Amino acid sequence: MKKWRCLVCDYIYDEAKGWPEEGIAAGTLWDDVPAGWSCPDCGASKADFELIDN
Amino acid sequence: MATATLPTSGNWSDSKRYLWPLGALILLLPIAGTIGYEQTGWAVTLWFAFIILYAVIPLADYLIGEDHANPPDSAMASLASDRYYRYALFASVPVYLGMWFYMAWFGATHDLPWYAWLGLTLSLGVGCGLAINIAHELGHQTSPVERFLAKLMLAPGFYGHFYVEHNRGHHIQVATPEDPASSRFGENFYEFFPRCVAGSFKRAWNIEKKRLEREGKSVWHWSNDNLQSTAMTIVLWTIVGVWLGWQAVLFVAIAGAYGGSLLEVINYLEHYGLMRQKRADGSYERCQPHHSWNSNHIVTNVLLYHLQRHSDHHANPTRSYQTLRHFEGVPSLPSGYAAMILVAYIPPLWFRLMDPKVVAHHQGDMRKANIKPSVRDAVIAKYSQSASVATA
Repeated sequence: MKKWRCLVCDYIYDEAKGWPEEGIAAGTLWDDVPAGWSCPDCGASKADFELIDN
Repeated sequence: MATATLPTSGNWSDSKRYLWPLGALILLLPIAGTIGYEQTGWAVTLWFAFIILYAVIPLADYLIGEDHANPPDSAMASLASDRYYRYALFASVPVYLGMWFYMAWFGATHDLPWYAWLGLTLSLGVGCGLAINIAHELGHQTSPVERFLAKLMLAPGFYGHFYVEHNRGHHIQVATPEDPASSRFGENFYEFFPRCVAGSFKRAWNIEKKRLEREGKSVWHWSNDNLQSTAMTIVLWTIVGVWLGWQAVLFVAIAGAYGGSLLEVINYLEHYGLMRQKRADGSYERCQPHHSWNSNHIVTNVLLYHLQRHSDHHANPTRSYQTLRHFEGVPSLPSGYAAMILVAYIPPLWFRLMDPKVVAHHQGDMRKANIKPSVRDAVIAKYSQSASVATA
């Protein structure tokens, strides 16, 4: 399970937790998050996220 | 130049490509004013940059008009990666810093009457304001070079907090009552300005405090971006003070404060009265294109690096300036930001021009608007009557 960080506001998408508030179940891989999904905090697009290394 | 290649996709080429360096060149206007003063002795030449901003650019927007054109999707990738645009933006950094030191020197070494000194200060301030906009563009990029240059561009005007609070504050809370940098219906610029500056400083400090606490560090750790940018300001102002005396420090400080006010008056225009709605769980809906005021006036768009294509900017904050797009059907200002600044300075005119637009945008249902708390109930009541009459 990986984590992805919003390059604008630092929100972290954790694949292990998903984003159940919007129907993205825990365990959803980043590649399976819909392309139109955007950062819940600042609205930046999916392309504005980067993989966190550790 | 013979080897330069145009970024083409099919037969599309970027018509603004060779206009973007104007954003750096305009930073030379304050210097041009001082040369004019040396040649003629007329104090009005020291007002040059100020006059261009407040009179010539609004007029040019009016005469030259709008540009709704977007690059085709097929050209986006090559447009975004074309290094020419990156360097066109970078060019503004040495130009600004050189101009800033030169102006400090000129002010300290010339005995000027007060009206000449005022013109000199405001002209430098125009440069500081434009530099904050360039720092805004740089601060949204993801490479360390751009991010360092963003802090550097904010340092002369002591506006480093903007680097922190804009991305991680304003972009999260935009168009909500919680955002100090989103103006409210019924709030004039002179009410907004102190609320915005105080709220922004506080938010910048808290954002870094929280981040450093998460990393187990003190808020006074050197990696605090607020402290880094303040340190840059101290270095620059100390150089000026030692070299030219404390009056020169006062001079650049006043110019910087005026430059900051230019950034904040643009903030005032960008989201006036617009509000994201709350969802059932109490969180705000995402920022959408209809939560920003836009303009397609070409002259201001070139000088502000497409800042006026603001809806696309909030939807795609790391999208670089040359690729920002016009969206159909988004809230649009009657003119470019440069002309609207003048309107914002005159609250009765601003309310008269903009309030009907905000009301129309919400179709009279002002419960959906971001309203100054002290007049909120009255505003909702006033327009709900007219809305029900209109629909009856």
